[in-house]
Amino acid sequence: MKKDIILSGVGGQGILSIATVIGHAALAEGLQLKQAEVHGMSQRGGDVQSHLRISSREIRSDLIPRGGADLIVSLEPMEALRYLPWLAAEGWVVTGTTPVVNIPNYPDEADLKRELQALPHVILLDAEALAREAGSPRSANMALLGATAPLLGIEAGQLEAGIRAIFARKGEAVVEANLAAFRAGYQTAQKQTER
Amino acid sequence: MPKRELLLGDEALALGALHAGLSGVFAYPGTPSTEITEYIQGHPLAAERGVHRTWSTNEKTAMEEALGMSFVGKRAMVCMKHVGLNVAADAFVNSAMTGAHGGLVVVVADDPSMHSSQNEQDSRFYGQFALIPVLEPASQQEAYDMARAAFDLSERYRIPVLMRLTTRMAHSRAVVEVAAPRDPNPLSYPEQPRQWVLMPGNSRLRYKALIDDYARLENEAVRSPFNRYTEGSDRRLGIIACGIARNYLMENYPEGCPYPVLEIAQYPLPKESVRRLAAECQELLIIEEGQPLVEQAVRGVLPVPLKIRGRLTGELPRTGELTPDSVRAALGLAPHRAHAASEIVVPRPPALCQGCGHRDMYTALTEVVREFPDGKVFSDIGCYTLGWLAPFHAIDTCVDMGASITMAIGAAHAGQHPAIAVIGDSTFTHSGMTGLLDAVNEGADITVVISDNLTTGMTGGQDSAGTGRLEQICAGIGVDPAHIRVVVPLPKNREEMKQILREEIAYKGVSVIIPRRECIQTAKRHAAAKNK
Ligand SMILES: Cc1ncc(C[n+]2csc(CCOP(=O)(O)OP(=O)(O)O)c2C)c(N)n1
Ligand code: SF4
Repeated sequence: MKKDIILSGVGGQGILSIATVIGHAALAEGLQLKQAEVHGMSQRGGDVQSHLRISSREIRSDLIPRGGADLIVSLEPMEALRYLPWLAAEGWVVTGTTPVVNIPNYPDEADLKRELQALPHVILLDAEALAREAGSPRSANMALLGATAPLLGIEAGQLEAGIRAIFARKGEAVVEANLAAFRAGYQTAQKQTER
Repeated sequence: MPKRELLLGDEALALGALHAGLSGVFAYPGTPSTEITEYIQGHPLAAERGVHRTWSTNEKTAMEEALGMSFVGKRAMVCMKHVGLNVAADAFVNSAMTGAHGGLVVVVADDPSMHSSQNEQDSRFYGQFALIPVLEPASQQEAYDMARAAFDLSERYRIPVLMRLTTRMAHSRAVVEVAAPRDPNPLSYPEQPRQWVLMPGNSRLRYKALIDDYARLENEAVRSPFNRYTEGSDRRLGIIACGIARNYLMENYPEGCPYPVLEIAQYPLPKESVRRLAAECQELLIIEEGQPLVEQAVRGVLPVPLKIRGRLTGELPRTGELTPDSVRAALGLAPHRAHAASEIVVPRPPALCQGCGHRDMYTALTEVVREFPDGKVFSDIGCYTLGWLAPFHAIDTCVDMGASITMAIGAAHAGQHPAIAVIGDSTFTHSGMTGLLDAVNEGADITVVISDNLTTGMTGGQDSAGTGRLEQICAGIGVDPAHIRVVVPLPKNREEMKQILREEIAYKGVSVIIPRRECIQTAKRHAAAKNK
């Protein structure tokens, strides 16, 4: 088993929590893992990205080669497209559709959508809305993780255990809210992948 | 079963040092090195053992404090980013002359590709220059293991050891198997007390001994388990791979590399191993993360009998960090099939946080500077450097920590008016205070803005050395208290701020304006901590 994942978004959106949950689950499954993070300058509202590599064999490079990513998981549509050169020919893009417009020359939303939909394998979801409906507006990242879950090759139950572990110190209510967002995302993705 | 932990490279190194019997970490924050010290600050073993772990004022004070701890026999570590070693260079280079007593490890994190730095200088040159051995891990496990190896090497040769990290190593996570912690050293004093007094007579003797030691350290590097030599069946090419370049090489040969490979992770350069590889192969490819230190050494200036490829010949890019792809191209392998880049994606540069006090300071400052035909703003390093970007376009220079005040002084002496310096509170205590003393002594006509957010914001909000005492410090240095002005940078105070700026620019002499409001990010954290 080997999954190379690029996580992306805008500083402050919480992509690192997604990586932490996947990491937790991967370790519980006895897999190897490497995760290159961005710290520092890039966090103040700029683009952020993390390379997450999971494998049953030894992983050497902290960076994923171009054309090597099985998945791009993004909380923001333009940020998903930024990393296309890293996506494998048959790779999947899972992205939230709500744009973060904090620059004057942000591209036209319809153009973004068109490019995303032209990709061979894509799951688009309104992660913010799903999180809100699940009663946890701040859990868009967990809704996105849920949408990614069917493609990860890791049991959903193992990921849920990861969510429990990571949010445990914030109390049971926070854990349940994040699990609800996760499950909402999961169902959305299942519907889209069945088609 | 051994204990396993998921750690950043920085954290793995920190834990390795703690477990090696560390008594003190001395550091000034700087990306990508900050998490080393923060990990030790948060670790229960450090608290239990009373390991020294508070931030120093700058890298030079940190280096000297660590040297003092080493003098009395205990293990000390210094951490900084690459440009920090420029600040600590006097102490660093001379620490090779005094040598170490208790193990002394200097960790320097380089930032090729300049993700958050002014340049991409390669700290291995400093090791070579000072005659100090260098270790460079390529995995989180190696970072953990090498920390102890570095302390042991330091104590065996009574010499400081430089550990070099690069951004990807520092900021990437993997599972690490940890060993049992060892006890710190007891207090003891150097066996060679003379060499700690660097008067010429002592230094000349010591320098000869140091040169001899460096030759012995080279033999250590030839035999080091970190410098692996792997035979290969295809000898048309031999590969030297340094630091994390080793990972990118193996990424491209998952089933094993067909060519002989010399991995280099410990310096001085193991020349004998290089000669062995060269004798076996028809060509050499030298892959190193950073500047072409090894490549230059191997190539020299006289003609060599075999072809050497690397960053200097263009097979690998001359600048920037390596990637699995740039290494792949240098190996002559076809690129992977990939999607084309999107043409509608645009850059998304970082910006000052919404509500940040630096914003209000810059809004007032730019409006006042525009009232003059040729106002120049000499700025410095920190979040406030983002004031160069839209919408502020507020600053004209950013060079190295502290250079705002001193460059303003030089420009003022040449007739520049207004000559304005903008500096952060942490940068001011790091390297601005001495410049301010120059300004006072020289009667320079400058206006200094210390934009005080009560923290070291850029690197994630560490304590700032002068918090609560900036006015006293400035007055103590000799700035006239009538020209030390404090204001709260909020939109409602914009006119007040502008008025103060105008008055102090008009004043012929040194004035200091301190707009003071806490960083939004640390304020949020403090509020959250209180609500718990
Ligand atoms: C010699 C050196 N050490 C460390 C750094 C890393 N660094 C850049 S800005 C900064 C802190 C700036 O703090 P402050 O001046 O208070 O400004 P703020 O970011 O809080 O606005 C640090 C530590 C550096 N660039 N150079
Ligand atoms: S981190 Fe703090 S100092 Fe830096 S931009 Fe944000 S609010 Fe301002």
